[in-house]
Amino acid sequence: MGLDIKIPIGLMFSIFGIILTILGLVTNGDAEMYAKSLGHNVNLWSGLFMIAFGAFMLLTSTLVKKKKEE
Amino acid sequence: MQTTFTLGTVDWAIIAIYFVFVLGIGWALRRHMKDASAFLEAGRSLPAWVTGLAFISANLGALEVIGMAASGAKYGMMTVHFYWIGAIPAMIFLAIFMMPFYYGSKARSVPEYLKLRFDEKTRGFNAFAFAIMTVFASGISMYALALLAQVILPLNIDWNFLGVHIGEFDFYLFISAMIVLVYMVLGGLTSAIYNEVLQFFLIVIGFLPLVIIGLTDIGGMEGLKANLSEEMMHSWKFAGSADANPMGVTWFGIIMGLGFVLSFGYWCTNFLVVQRAMAAGSMKAARKTPLIGAIPKMLLPALVILPGMIAMALTNIGALELPLKEGTMTTDFDKVIPVLLMKYMPVGVLGLGLTALMASFMSGMAGNVSAFNTVFTYDIYQSYIRPNQADKHYLKVGQWTTVVGVLASILTAYLARSFNNVMDFLQLIFAFVNAPLFAAFLLGMFWKRTTGHAAFWGLISGTTSAAIHHGLTLPAGGEVGIKGGYFAVLQTYPSEMAQNFWTAIYAFSAALLITFLITIVTKRTKTDEDLKGLVYSLTPRIQDESEHWYQRPVVMAVIVGIMALVLSIIFW
Repeated sequence: MGLDIKIPIGLMFSIFGIILTILGLVTNGDAEMYAKSLGHNVNLWSGLFMIAFGAFMLLTSTLVKKKKEE
Repeated sequence: MQTTFTLGTVDWAIIAIYFVFVLGIGWALRRHMKDASAFLEAGRSLPAWVTGLAFISANLGALEVIGMAASGAKYGMMTVHFYWIGAIPAMIFLAIFMMPFYYGSKARSVPEYLKLRFDEKTRGFNAFAFAIMTVFASGISMYALALLAQVILPLNIDWNFLGVHIGEFDFYLFISAMIVLVYMVLGGLTSAIYNEVLQFFLIVIGFLPLVIIGLTDIGGMEGLKANLSEEMMHSWKFAGSADANPMGVTWFGIIMGLGFVLSFGYWCTNFLVVQRAMAAGSMKAARKTPLIGAIPKMLLPALVILPGMIAMALTNIGALELPLKEGTMTTDFDKVIPVLLMKYMPVGVLGLGLTALMASFMSGMAGNVSAFNTVFTYDIYQSYIRPNQADKHYLKVGQWTTVVGVLASILTAYLARSFNNVMDFLQLIFAFVNAPLFAAFLLGMFWKRTTGHAAFWGLISGTTSAAIHHGLTLPAGGEVGIKGGYFAVLQTYPSEMAQNFWTAIYAFSAALLITFLITIVTKRTKTDEDLKGLVYSLTPRIQDESEHWYQRPVVMAVIVGIMALVLSIIFW
């Protein structure tokens, strides 16, 4: 149906991933902020996971497939 | 106890970006909405993994997420029955036995299948009941979203618009309704399905950190076990007698009521979910849809039920205090997810979790609106109001139906807010209408003799017996009225759930019996030729030997079935 859903999914999670990774890096070691999550830097690891997931979606989408065929 | 969220800029940014993508998907799809089929049936062109995820996501609306977490807190592990016995067998049955008829018959909706298989009145009955039901379901979803949003994200809105007071409830209601309206008018069913896929990944990725941190805090599964009563940790062990388990149900009620009648009635005949499979690009993809959906479906309890159990265990050791329902002394279990998000999630992942929650509310609305569109346009408008128009005409009607559907849902949301009992009453009526539905399908699909009169009167008598059974029974502690017993109280069930299960069992049995009896005394009106592709014995078997063995639906079904069985044994 025209649009490959992997493209918006990939883009959105990549953006979320980058935002949370940066936030995680900037606030790394902020004991007060991460007291809630028992000291784990949840922003950093969620962020990295989402970048990986977003990249996987984009790499398997028609965006990349079309390029290869050309 | 803090009950509102303090959001950071990052949280708001994540919510805003999500809305941009939701609307962007609709915008990108608008060029492809060239005919009614593209708008109302997604052009029957989607891959199986997309329809498969949408299949379970359409059911994973707000009421489901909030309700199942609440049920996890109240009843514990027994809630998994709604995901395993109460979903997987029906999904397998749909894929293997029913999809060939639905997809192969070229019917565009479940009511249309009923018209092809039986007759006009059976279709009409189902179409009208379903159309009303979807509007109400979408309205209740909106109401739940606005209600939760005004409590957890107060914006201090107090506006006056032409003399009408607009508070937070109204604000959230209209914003969410408008967003759904825009992306549905632009992209139709495809838009709804794509957003359901997006929502599925958001729920998984947004709730996973919450569950991991929560489980770590309570000390893993061992800690959970140590701090919850034993009945809360087993799904079957205490199902021998209704007094022994917190749900007040027995294994027979679970298997026959939930696992057979209610589950098959929902997953195999409710157009909201069946529509997703019918949007697949091929018969192969359509049959795989429920099977692909079944795998995440059976793992979802970890994300929606487990938080409830964690919250209860934390409450037991005094580490958490669940809020009370406004103005009462009873615990508000519906707040489990928001309370845990507040407790464990710092700025950043908090925005992600809230976005996941909002996504599930909105797709709950959109899913119902998309099913309403199709049934209204094809089965009501095209059948009874204006048949034989050009395709473009029905495309327009479909788009306007979206507007009408959303507006009607807004009205319903206000109705739900003003009269709590009206909602209970309507849900009860729908339960009565739904329970006998599978009986008509079962006989219709596997017995070519079944007649239209028989199916119609079977449905009517099934609905009537559901009402009679409900009117003669009461759950323990319930008052005569909306809970039942309005004719007389002949029997008292240990719980409302047990009463529901038995109402369904009676409705189904009555429908099956009456349909059978009337079939015997009425003449067949459809010949074998008419019923080709609609009845099992008159439809050529689908050959899938050409596929890789692991891609054949039957093999996939066996694997899915074994997985569900293994899970049930582990958490018995």
